[in-house]
Amino acid sequence: MTIFAVVVSRLSKAILTLLAIAILNFFLIHAAPGDPAVVLAGEAGAADEQMIEQLRERFGLDQPLYVQLGKYVAGIVQLDLGYSFRQGAPVAELIADRLPATLLLTLTAFVVSLVLGIAFGVAAAARVGKPSDTVLTTMALLFYATPLYWLALMAVLVFSVWFGWLPGFGYETVGANYTGLERVLDIGSHLILPALTLGLFFTAVYMRMARASMLEVSQLDFVKTAKAKGLSDAVIRRRHILRNAILPVVTLAGLQAGQLVGGAVLTETVFAWPGIGRLMFESLAARDYNTILGVFLVSAAMVILFNIVTDIVYRIVDPRIGARS
Amino acid sequence: MWKRFRSNMGAMIGVVLLLSVIVIAMIAPLIFSDGPWQMVQRPFLAPFAVDGLPLGTDTLGRNVAAQLAYGARVSLLVGLVSTVVALLIGVPLGALAGFYGGYVDEGAMRFTEFFQTIPNFALAIVLVAIFEPTLTSITIAIAIVSWPPVARLVRAEVMSVRTREFVDAARLAGLSKPRILIQQVLPNTVSPIIVMASLMVATAILLESSLSFLGLGDPNSMSWGYMIGAARTVIRTSWWLSFFPGIAIVITVLALNLIGEGLNDAFNPHLSRKGKA
Repeated sequence: MTIFAVVVSRLSKAILTLLAIAILNFFLIHAAPGDPAVVLAGEAGAADEQMIEQLRERFGLDQPLYVQLGKYVAGIVQLDLGYSFRQGAPVAELIADRLPATLLLTLTAFVVSLVLGIAFGVAAAARVGKPSDTVLTTMALLFYATPLYWLALMAVLVFSVWFGWLPGFGYETVGANYTGLERVLDIGSHLILPALTLGLFFTAVYMRMARASMLEVSQLDFVKTAKAKGLSDAVIRRRHILRNAILPVVTLAGLQAGQLVGGAVLTETVFAWPGIGRLMFESLAARDYNTILGVFLVSAAMVILFNIVTDIVYRIVDPRIGARS
Repeated sequence: MWKRFRSNMGAMIGVVLLLSVIVIAMIAPLIFSDGPWQMVQRPFLAPFAVDGLPLGTDTLGRNVAAQLAYGARVSLLVGLVSTVVALLIGVPLGALAGFYGGYVDEGAMRFTEFFQTIPNFALAIVLVAIFEPTLTSITIAIAIVSWPPVARLVRAEVMSVRTREFVDAARLAGLSKPRILIQQVLPNTVSPIIVMASLMVATAILLESSLSFLGLGDPNSMSWGYMIGAARTVIRTSWWLSFFPGIAIVITVLALNLIGEGLNDAFNPHLSRKGKA
């Protein structure tokens, strides 16, 4: 299959998946205890009878379920994710406002964790059984067991409250009105702690994978051949083992995208990072179901898109895959 | 196998840690008969400031040590039960897909894939938020987001065992298909399922604590995530309130991961030796 054909087939599958999620959302609203209209209105609207009536009419809640479903899905296809009565704005608009911050955070965390994870994994594999390998694997084991949000809180405490090195709150300095490079640097300094704490868990995941993968590939016959040819260990590791060992790590990284987006909810909550994760957290307390479901749908779309990109990158890195299918 | 597990130092550390957590959870009502919600002293007492309160008091003057002990009960209970429920969904689905193949496999795998694409923490949040946070809804939500890897694992295992000679023999002996699956094939897939289950309990505990941290915990049961979430706003003045529950989570999750890895090495000695070469 050519890359183009792959993209088309993956995209059509993605659209089907998103439709299925929209249908799932619809049934979740109806499965929630209480009147769906009240659920949609959230606590804010619960008192206002007139608005509930309007909602009932708008979503056709007096009509058969399949008509309601049709209306709901048709709305979503037109990017209408409903209205947040809590925030007084359409959900799609709220999400669009906050999406860039989340993308900045998750992509930075992803790149950082992938680079660090592979680097540490390769380093550990090269020193198997030595003290430095033990230190690295123990660290990975610890970070793997550490709740993201707790690590984030501790990072705020140490680096922001105690040492005062980095800002531990928000996206940029409020009221500073920086422009140009100054603004970029300001956002960057706010980004360091959230991106690192979100990335550390995944660094641990990728490191374990990279280490295991390096060790596995180094047992293969072509490595023995390379050794027999008289190549140095460093060259074998870089040119022969690493290139093959990195593939499963990339696959895993793609599969972890969902976790990364989920982790963003926690990280954004701790750091008051103005992304869609924080939006979801705020909506939880307000029982703003429209917004919660909207963020859910958009984060699923992000994950699917991410998987497609990984898949394409993977095919470019490893041409054998295209040839096989 | 047991001998190999015992000689694994990491795994034994894990067993000791986990047993301590289990013991604390079990005797919590005996040591802290007042329960975790009772105010015992003035709020914000630092650790060791007052005798009998080794970890101090929280924002409402409640005993932090008692909260930690009761929190262990919730973590272990939710972790264990949600894993069992996830196995009850994943094992039959994966077994049917792997054993019967064809349309059954195709359908089951599409279904599994769908659930794997959805960001699982976000789905758990949505489920708990919509069905009101209770221990039951939290447990079921975690199970719903955790079963897909089980289904895939069981499917792969069943597919490989299915082609073995003893299965052919069973077929020739005239055993029915369901009977071959349950009596001959499935028992041979147990060890990787046990390994995965022990790691799943760890992940479930992390998920539960994350949900409680966001305020989606059962309001009637004390949990570690809730403690950290409640202490979040006072981190500048009373850091220990969020510090200790976090350590408790790390210890418990680490213990389960160590045990899972130990079991994995014990079941697959060949693989583990290769890893250490």
